[in-house]
Amino acid sequence: MKPSAPDWAALRADFPILEQTVHGRPLVYLDNGATTQKPRAVIAALTRYYEQDNANVHRAIHELSYRATTGYEAARARAAAFLHAAAPEEIVFTRGTTESINLVAYALTPRVRTGDAILVTEMEHHSNLVPWQLLAARTGAQLRFVPVTGDDGALDLARLDELLAGPVRLFAFTHVSNTLGTINPVAELCARARKRGVLTLVDAAQSAGHLPVDVQALGCDFLAFSGHKMAGPTGIGVLYGRRELLEALDPFQGGGEMIATVQFDHSSWNKVPHKFEAGTPDIAGAIGLHAAMDYLDAIGRPAIAAHDSALARDAYRRLQAVPGIRLLGPAGERGGLVSFALPSAHAHDVVTFADREGVALRGGHHCTQPLLRKLGVPATTRASFYLYNTPAEVDRLVAVIQAAAKFFGG
Amino acid sequence: MDLTELYQTVILEHNKRPRNFAVLPTANRVAAGNNPVCGDEISVYLRVEGDRIADISFQGAGCAISQAAASVMTLRLKGKTVAEAEAIFARFHEIVTEGKTDEEDLDLSAFAGVHQYPARIKCATLGWHAALNALHGETAPATTE
Repeated sequence: MKPSAPDWAALRADFPILEQTVHGRPLVYLDNGATTQKPRAVIAALTRYYEQDNANVHRAIHELSYRATTGYEAARARAAAFLHAAAPEEIVFTRGTTESINLVAYALTPRVRTGDAILVTEMEHHSNLVPWQLLAARTGAQLRFVPVTGDDGALDLARLDELLAGPVRLFAFTHVSNTLGTINPVAELCARARKRGVLTLVDAAQSAGHLPVDVQALGCDFLAFSGHKMAGPTGIGVLYGRRELLEALDPFQGGGEMIATVQFDHSSWNKVPHKFEAGTPDIAGAIGLHAAMDYLDAIGRPAIAAHDSALARDAYRRLQAVPGIRLLGPAGERGGLVSFALPSAHAHDVVTFADREGVALRGGHHCTQPLLRKLGVPATTRASFYLYNTPAEVDRLVAVIQAAAKFFGG
Repeated sequence: MDLTELYQTVILEHNKRPRNFAVLPTANRVAAGNNPVCGDEISVYLRVEGDRIADISFQGAGCAISQAAASVMTLRLKGKTVAEAEAIFARFHEIVTEGKTDEEDLDLSAFAGVHQYPARIKCATLGWHAALNALHGETAPATTE
């Protein structure tokens, strides 16, 4: 049984890094959209692995290699359960969301021809845009875009069926926008793509550690996320792919581990998912990610989603009182972040100002330059929340933004 | 360090009311500068007559440091020769990288606090790099990366 109401204050104590002052003030860490902090359970799993079990996976017969292999493959099974994938073979470990998306873009290359199209949205992170630009450049395919309606940050789905028509090979889109906080209707988008025979890839970088993500219920073909944005280590991420698709695709990188047999002039490929995991993987990272997934599910992702979203909605509502502020993204239901521009202060000045008060924010284009250019905002300030943030920290955020507006504009 | 040491009154004031913030219709040299990391963009317009900067203006969007530095720059470079402009930039560069102040030049010295924030040095020098590129006839945009 999951606890019906998590003890958020007790959970916060699981994160040792939060117990510090920055520039003389207690740290308020609100840059979780970039990376989250790690609980003791994850740090301990990494330490335990390196102190007791470290060896290379799959290739040796000795005891430590057995333990490392078992731990690594247990992490894969755990990731499959975390996403409700049909089998562990549908989980490919990568360096993160970016590498997962690049893997698919590379592996799809032989199946894309001149005149084909790749559909993305205007709210994509550069990591879910540039790989498709590269694929288009390699193949002569075109990119198509689902428009964003405006500051409210919704996808304009009026013309979606039209955009999905014709030689569209793939529809790639984000689950939760890292700049707007929009939660996209993934199941609906996947269903409409499937009806047209178009493959789907979901960027779950901002959702996997926050919301329940069930790949079978969503109906996606591929889904990518990063461990470090969900309490896990950096350097490890996941690509989920439907098994028959992974089996049909060519490898991404060549090397050890991904082969069945090697001759001097040709090779045959290992079975999935190993076909996509050339070289020694981030074994410790996978084991740390396993601990992170256990940690999150012990709390319950619906509870985390409700917690993060409540903080973001409260911040959104209270920041509206700052004169001239321009808040991006939906006014109602949203992911755990707020993004805004002040008329009198550039985002980097706001971030420097907040940092002196111990409040860690992010300012800039958040790797969504085309989106901000379209909205006519050069940069925004973003506060992004996670399970250890508190209502008192929203108070500190609102106070520091009010003070910054006064300092730069008063 | 107190925040007001970085954001001196001179900087806040120039940010709010940037000088020579316009396209210069008579410009014969134009250079762009951009910082791809933060998205700051600046255009510097110069009318160079012989060896002298007869007029200078700028336009752009960016943080207070980059906007104020460009605004102060236009005041300091107008009427100067290319060699004088280079010497002034060298002095400004010392101010923002080493925190040296110059009692003779209070407006430039207002940027001394920047040296405590290494990530912001490129904000302060963006417009200057663009201006010097324009003076040297460079056509590629100045970039801080």
